Amino acid sequence: MTLPPSLARTPRLDRWLRLDPDGSVAICTGKVEIGQGIKTALAMIAADELDVALYRVRVRTADTALTPNELITAGSLSVEDSGGAIRVACATARAKLLDAAAAVLGVPRDSLDVEDGTVTSSLTNQRTDYWSLPYDDLFSVEIQEPLPLKNPDSYRVVGRPAQRLDLPAKVLGHPAFVHDMSLPDMLHGRLVKPPLPGARLERFPDDFQAPGLVAVVRDGSFVGVVAEREEQAVRAAERLSAQCTWHRAPLSPLPSQMAAHLRENVAASFPVIHGGPVAEPVPPAPEIRGTAKRLSATYTRPFQMHGSIGPSAALAQLESGRLTVYSHSQGVELLKIALADVLGMAEDSVRVVHAEGAGCYGHNGADDVALDAALLARAVTPRPVLTKWTRADEHGFEPYAPATVIEMTASLDDRGQILHWDHQAFGLTHMGRPRPSPGHSNLQSAWWLSSPIPPVPREPLMFPEAGIHRNLQPIYDFPDQRLVKHFVADGPLRTSSTRSLGAFANVFAIESFMDECAGAAGRDPFDFRLAHLRDPRAREVLETLRERAPDPAGGGRGIAMARYKSRQAYVGLLVDVDVLDDARVSLKRALIVADAGLVIDPDGLRNQLEGGFIQAASWALKEQVDWDQNGVASRDWESYPIITFSEIPEIETHLIDRRHEPALGAGEASTGPTPAAIANAIGNAAGVRVRDIPFTAEALRRAAAE
Amino acid sequence: MATTLTVNGKAFTSDADPGTPLIFVLRNDLGLMGAKLGCGAEQCGSCTVLADGEPIHSCTASLESISGRCIETLESLSRDGQPDAIQQAFIDENAAQCGYCTAGIILAAKALLSKRPDPTRAEIVEALNGHLCRCGAHPRIIRAIERAAAARGQTS
Repeated sequence: MTLPPSLARTPRLDRWLRLDPDGSVAICTGKVEIGQGIKTALAMIAADELDVALYRVRVRTADTALTPNELITAGSLSVEDSGGAIRVACATARAKLLDAAAAVLGVPRDSLDVEDGTVTSSLTNQRTDYWSLPYDDLFSVEIQEPLPLKNPDSYRVVGRPAQRLDLPAKVLGHPAFVHDMSLPDMLHGRLVKPPLPGARLERFPDDFQAPGLVAVVRDGSFVGVVAEREEQAVRAAERLSAQCTWHRAPLSPLPSQMAAHLRENVAASFPVIHGGPVAEPVPPAPEIRGTAKRLSATYTRPFQMHGSIGPSAALAQLESGRLTVYSHSQGVELLKIALADVLGMAEDSVRVVHAEGAGCYGHNGADDVALDAALLARAVTPRPVLTKWTRADEHGFEPYAPATVIEMTASLDDRGQILHWDHQAFGLTHMGRPRPSPGHSNLQSAWWLSSPIPPVPREPLMFPEAGIHRNLQPIYDFPDQRLVKHFVADGPLRTSSTRSLGAFANVFAIESFMDECAGAAGRDPFDFRLAHLRDPRAREVLETLRERAPDPAGGGRGIAMARYKSRQAYVGLLVDVDVLDDARVSLKRALIVADAGLVIDPDGLRNQLEGGFIQAASWALKEQVDWDQNGVASRDWESYPIITFSEIPEIETHLIDRRHEPALGAGEASTGPTPAAIANAIGNAAGVRVRDIPFTAEALRRAAAE
Repeated sequence: MATTLTVNGKAFTSDADPGTPLIFVLRNDLGLMGAKLGCGAEQCGSCTVLADGEPIHSCTASLESISGRCIETLESLSRDGQPDAIQQAFIDENAAQCGYCTAGIILAAKALLSKRPDPTRAEIVEALNGHLCRCGAHPRIIRAIERAAAARGQTS
């Protein structure tokens, strides 16, 4: 057996856990808490493998100076990556502790039992505990190979709903977010953002004054203010903004031109085979012959936002040539390198410590504001600066989910089975995060400096299940298929990773089109899917969804399913909707069935699956970034509305028990099926096929008129 | 000009500009971090506090506008560090993901439950409809408020 990748990168046991004298266990992870409950899940894994009570486990999340480097918290991989590593590390630690206990007690090791860290010999009834054992060098070892892990049937903590460890502090109002941090002598920073990303600062007041102002920082077209008090920073930034003028290059293309833009500006095309693009010519479309019935349809997704409720923030302090940044970045190690690059500092003089931000799942403004905070802190060294984006900054400058066009074609034989399947995805990059690239930076303000550092050139990602082609591979078995990724390098707006990346658009298209094909074949959507589906776990998800389907709660029902990234959790989704007289869609009920392998925290998993459904339903029904040539028009929650409490349906979630299978990442697994199940339900309720997200009343009326 | 405020039962005099939004004084001068800055425009509810028992947006309410009113923040609910019934219900239901919107929602729930101790689901939804949650914890939040209402009903 080989070590989990995170352990292979950091094999020293004492980098992963430590016994503290107060009877607790400190676990270190390179992953971060983004509301997904990873602290709790990792603590549960550690508690079981070590045989200690859950309350004894404390989890320290990513800090470039302290924790193992686990690259990035993304792709629904934290339980698999960090959980896998911590499980092996804790099993190793337990073995070391039992060796030490056997030596101390003078009994054979196999006579020892552990109960909440207390070690008892069944031969002599002697006992000791983990914290009383000689500990000094016990964990100063490199893990060479994994020890046998516990049988999941013996788990006491894993598999049972847990209370979130981080929640009491948040509910009681204790400081919990980077926004809440306070250091001695701390100042407050705000930015003066350009009207649109490409604008150049033309006129800037030389003698700007404002109450409490400590510094005005201008470097090229980057402008920020630092003030003693937060409201002074807010007001100074507003007033300074009013005195700046900008040269702006008009944004183009415009929203109405986006679909054509994506089709007509393909930089590279690749066939997708076994989930990955291949650097080969794209084969011709399947030839449809004889009596086969031909169908085709085009599906679109607009630019959409992460839309964190708390605008991005960071706390930075430059002291004696060393920079410390507290950030809610999902990739603190990559951010550290990116900050050092832009600031011209050595990497080892930059430390990035994760501190929580508001949730969204993806690459929002977290990394960008970290650079902003550092640029402001540099001007007032050694005082720390807490810098926050405004709501308008976040809406206008976060990297969006890329606009996407999907073209589907299929043919059906006389029995109503699919013969040919053709899926082409046209899209912009999903990879806008900071990453090392000499002479380039993906931190936005770096582009605006007087010595600008341009963005990392956008190139197609070629590894399996990456951005545009994530879940482009259908879960179904078709006799003949062609899957194509069309990479578009340039668009009007910056784009990056948003929950589930390309899976949202691809599964929307696949599962909508499966319903359209089922309709053309005159077959039931469940039967039609099952007739093309061999994967037994996928079949069980679909069959369970059908068995558990409640009486209809609305005028139409839709289903959809997917296996996230073709190798993580399976989700089947059923949605009931009403289409109201004014063509608005009302969600009535959702049933989620999931197979995520071994479930660590069933309640946490439900929370993720249901939250993923709700966020995706909001994208599906309501959200699109609007802009004109002067900039992004969606700058607040009125111009960019998201789902509200009154629009949330009844949701039921059923988890399939697979405790002897590996745990599968599930944080993004319900996202893809959601728009398709809703579209299929609308089709069923109103006889209208919606293929363009969002499914607003206007979109339904437009689709009905076609 | 100084403004006198009553926050969580204690009088406090602020020297900040009377036009200063309340949230900055609560967070930065009083160290009360419950209220969160979200939009600055009364659109998301994350900054909600209570003024004389009614929910207000502390991101836009100026000091002078609330002078003389009794302000309650999230921190006023717990006693000796122990959560009250509403806070406990949120813990028990794991009624959050990131938790950024939670403080404002708990205060909206408190205002609702003080008027309607046994609210219907529709009344809960109506009380929360000005609060945005991006993580999709809505169903749990509604359950937590129902649970809190039931718990308070048992103890009163």
